[in-house]
Amino acid sequence: MEIVREQDVVPFRNRVREFSTRIGMSLVNQTKLITAASELVRNMLKYASGGKVILEIISHNAKTGVRLTFKDEGPGIADIALAMRDGFSTGRSLGLGLPGAKRLVNEFDLKSNPGEGTTVTVIHWKHGR
Amino acid sequence: MERIPILKMGPFLLVTIQIDLYDRLALTLENDLINMVSQTGARGVLIDISAVSIVDSFMGRILGNIASMSRIMDAETVVVGMQPAVAITLVELGLTLQGVHTALNVEKGMELLNTKLIGNLEQDEEEEEDQNDRND
Repeated sequence: MEIVREQDVVPFRNRVREFSTRIGMSLVNQTKLITAASELVRNMLKYASGGKVILEIISHNAKTGVRLTFKDEGPGIADIALAMRDGFSTGRSLGLGLPGAKRLVNEFDLKSNPGEGTTVTVIHWKHGR
Repeated sequence: MERIPILKMGPFLLVTIQIDLYDRLALTLENDLINMVSQTGARGVLIDISAVSIVDSFMGRILGNIASMSRIMDAETVVVGMQPAVAITLVELGLTLQGVHTALNVEKGMELLNTKLIGNLEQDEEEEEDQNDRND
């Protein structure tokens, strides 16, 4: 799914909801995943002026979950450790986006090289663990 | 352009958010609300988010902004009707909505605003009396 403008965010969140409903995720876990997705997609729009998100339903060791891959070709993140710290932001925001999103999902992976864009992969399992 | 309607009810402003907001709509609401507080001299703002399924850090910041801006304009803000899943998510996200009053539903929120209004009035009177005592 391509995200290039702010108006794409709400339909994107609905898609995430659709996927998580399909595997029978509880409301609390759905809300956590969608909120995390919302933070990540906002970052993508703000810092990389958009990108792509891949939505997948995955199974691993008898667990079912939703995997979201956020790919952009923006400026990348110079200091990942710093970017993951609560309250740090290069923009004028609260600095909760990345660390907050990480707390809300089961698995979180961030790969970025300055000048080459950023890829964030998150997985949230059906039962939230 | 889409807009969230703001209703005036006595000394209070009432906003019911029925849809999931995208950022620009939330910013427009913030702006509209502050202008309405200034125009109407409202003493309280009640925001019903019972139909909102997602509050992320941006939306949380907007709610906080509305509360602090209203306070500077002498109005209190109460956010009502937050869904349990949203509350759980907000705390894990690390957002505590500092400075925002909350209530379980519109009715309780109205009660809270009324008590605050009366409380503020009494405080004003006391201060006036103090002033008078000092003048005597």
